Parts: sequence; C-alpha cells; structure tokens
Amino acid sequence: MLFELEGVTYSRAGKVVLDDVNARLPVGASGVVGPSGSGKSTLLRLLNRLADPDAGRVRYQGTDVRDMDPLSLRREVSLVPQLPALIDGTVHDNVAFGPRLAGHSFDTRSCLELAGLDPEFEGRDASKLSVGEQQRVMLARALALEPRVLLLDEPTSALDQAARDAIEATLGGLRERTAISLVIVTHDTEQARRLVEYAVRIERGRVSSQGPTDEVLVSPEEISVAAWEDAS
Amino acid sequence: MTPPLAASSINVSLGEVAAALVLVAIAAIASRSWHAGLEEDIGIAVLRSFIQLTAIGYVITVIFDQDSALLAIALIVVMVVFGAFTARHRAKGVPNAFWPLLVSLGVAAAATLGLVVGLGIFDATPRYLVPVGGMVIGNSMTAAAVALNRLGEDVHDQSRRIEATLALGATSSEAVTPLVQRSLRSGMITLVDSTKTTGLIFFPGTMVGMLLAGADPTDAVRLQLILLYVLLGATSIAALLSITLARRNFFTSAHQLREPPQP
Repeated sequence: MLFELEGVTYSRAGKVVLDDVNARLPVGASGVVGPSGSGKSTLLRLLNRLADPDAGRVRYQGTDVRDMDPLSLRREVSLVPQLPALIDGTVHDNVAFGPRLAGHSFDTRSCLELAGLDPEFEGRDASKLSVGEQQRVMLARALALEPRVLLLDEPTSALDQAARDAIEATLGGLRERTAISLVIVTHDTEQARRLVEYAVRIERGRVSSQGPTDEVLVSPEEISVAAWEDAS
Repeated sequence: MTPPLAASSINVSLGEVAAALVLVAIAAIASRSWHAGLEEDIGIAVLRSFIQLTAIGYVITVIFDQDSALLAIALIVVMVVFGAFTARHRAKGVPNAFWPLLVSLGVAAAATLGLVVGLGIFDATPRYLVPVGGMVIGNSMTAAAVALNRLGEDVHDQSRRIEATLALGATSSEAVTPLVQRSLRSGMITLVDSTKTTGLIFFPGTMVGMLLAGADPTDAVRLQLILLYVLLGATSIAALLSITLARRNFFTSAHQLREPPQP
C-alpha cells in the first residue's frame, strides 16, 4: 500500500477539517474526491508532511511519515498545488530549483516535454506565461525531482476545457511513460473516473466510501439505469 | 581620540522650551482644520516627550556625575529591553518577535559601541556611551521593526509560494530567502537614503546640536559623519540579525508553515 491513514484528525483555527479519517491509497493512480471544503486538499498536504495531523497516523509504504525526514519525503512525494506559485525568473530557473537544492542532475527540456510543454519554453519569463502554461511548469518542476509519487491538488480547476483536456492527456501519458504513482484531488467525479483507478470519497472531513473507482464513483447515467432496473 | 564636544555650553530655560510649543499649536490647528484626528496624539506626544526627556536628563546627569561606565551600560541594557518591547508591537505579523528583537538590538549596541571604543574613536566613558548608545538603539529598533514588519506581511501574502517551495524539498530558510532580501532592504533603506542626502537636504541632529552649542563646524561635521557610519553598521546588524532569528518563528521544526495558506 502506498499510503495509509489511520484515525487522522486535523483542525485549523478551532475547526475540525478532517475527522477520524481512515483511508488507503494504493500504488497507481488514486483520487481523493469530494465537494469544496470537504478537507481533500488538507488530506493531500498530510501525505508529504506540509502539515501533520493532530491525532492519528499517516504511513507511506508502511513507515509513519513523522519518522521520515520531511525534506527527503517531499522530494520523493512531490506536491503540485492547485494554483501556480512559481519563483521569479525563467522557466528553467523554476525547473532547476528543486534538483539544485537536492544536488540532483536534471534535464529541463525533457521535464518540460513530460509536462506537455515545448522545450523552447525554458528561457521564457515564467510570470508571463498563461495560467495553463504555468501549471505545466509547476508539473515540470515537480517531475524534475524524479519523484515516486506526484500529489496533484485540483490540477485543472483554474483552466478552461481545452487546457484541462491537455493536462489530463499529459497525466495519462505520464502514467504510460513512467512508473510514477499519482494521487489526484478533485471535486470533479467525471475527471476522477477518467484518471484514477482507486478513489476515496470524502465529505465534511470524513471518508464516506473508498475502493475501485467504478464502485465508488458511479456516474449519474449508471444510477438512473440501476434505479430503472430496480423499479422494473 | 576624544572627539571635540561643544566648545561652549548653552543654557536653555523652561520659558524657551514653552515658547517652542507655538509650533506644536500650528500642528494641532492643521490637524483640526483638516480633520486629521491627530490632536490627541499630538498632545500625548508633547506630554510624553517632556516627561521622558526630563526624566532621562536627570538620569544622565546622575550617571555623568558618577562617571561610571557600569551605570552607562546598565542604562543601555534598559534601553535595549524597552526598544525590543516597543518594536514588538510594530512587528505584529511575526510570531514571538520579542526575543529576536532583544538579541538583535543587544548585539547591535554591543558590537558598534565595542568597535568605536576599541578603534579609539570614543572613550569608554558615560559622556560618549550614553548618547551614542541611545542613537544606536533607537535607529536599530526602527530598522529591525520595519524589517520584521515587512517580513511578516510578505510571509502572509506569499504563503502559497512559500508552501509550494517547501513542497519541492526546500528548507524553511531557503523558502524565505527572497523575502529576507526585501525585508533587509526595507529596514535599511531609510537610513541609507538619509545618509545619501545628508548635508544637501537636511542637517542631522547631532550636527545641528553641536552648531547650536557653538562648536566648530568642521568638528560638528566630522562627529556627525562618525555617527552616521556607526548607525549604518548598527542598523544593518539589527535588521539582518532580527530577520535571521525571526524567520524561524514562521515554521515548525519539520519545515511547515505555522499558518498555511487558506485552502
């Protein structure tokens, strides 16, 4: 199992955000699905120790993440936030940031290509790119660390449909070309059905169901057919 | 070296001080006319400055009469503590700002006074230690408070960017480095700018005081230059040290932002 959460509780400013969460996320592509404000993004931040739970345990490959060096964990389990948050400088400066800190070698152009960006972007000013392009730079700079796991927080929520489709295609291609595991937070159940094999549904800070995507995220059409079959 | 102090002393009566209140009245009238709402603050400022300066005048008189370097150092320690308390209120956005401020003001005062005495610029006597210490601590306090205030605002405004950087495996120090540069600049720029324009746009206080007391202008200028250079060193130490110590307070030991961005 890639991640296991046992009795995880997390509060912020006196408000319980996650309440006794028990969840498992296997190797491969998993999704954390639920409405806005349900605690999905907070759960994601616990996976690479951007925050620690008030109670309970988060395990990564069987080890409590509190027993791991947070910096090493974040290089292995890399998070791409919901909104682009790039450093000042060129696309290359951004892609190089993580590997330089870690002392890793890297190839900016191949990272950009993996993230679905033209390698010619490397010299461009990152602040002058469109939101969709910036989101791809965020993806490229996470990939430059060669992580085992990529945590993606609503990766297409700020994008139009064309950019969303392109990012989804990129993520699909990434799964085919690399051994990387994905954990995707999304409020869009249709997107989860397209991208992940295992889903954890979360509502008001509690896990309501989890399992293979086909079982957990039933489409409206399937619900209608099932209801019609039951009625007949 | 003992810098030349006033060649002759001047006597200022309380009546002359009271006469200067005419200028304060102008400030109060301006505030009232334009509904700036500063009349009460002006009144408090006048009252506090009178009480505080009169009190410190008596304290300094005692210390000068005793001619005790230990008493001078004790007064400087008190000024450092009060400076840290005052600056803490200005740096509201920084968690537990008092200790970084106390250490930075203390080090700035000790380092600069130690250097000027060690280099033979001033004698280690109360007549030099007290006024120079007061200037050093006052300016250091302002620089550190401005720098920390800027740091607190920037960390709050850029929490998303900081957390995205932490998510790439950056340490908390690495994540705030760009903000540290800006905060240091904010803390020092006022003094640097005023040092650039000194003599052209304004005459600094020490020089004015010496000229009024009848000192030779060349001596007044030289002493002022020494003090400006001392203050540049002191403010840079205070701003840099306060930022270096305070930046840790925004993070946990696991390099997590204590106040993460709103989801």
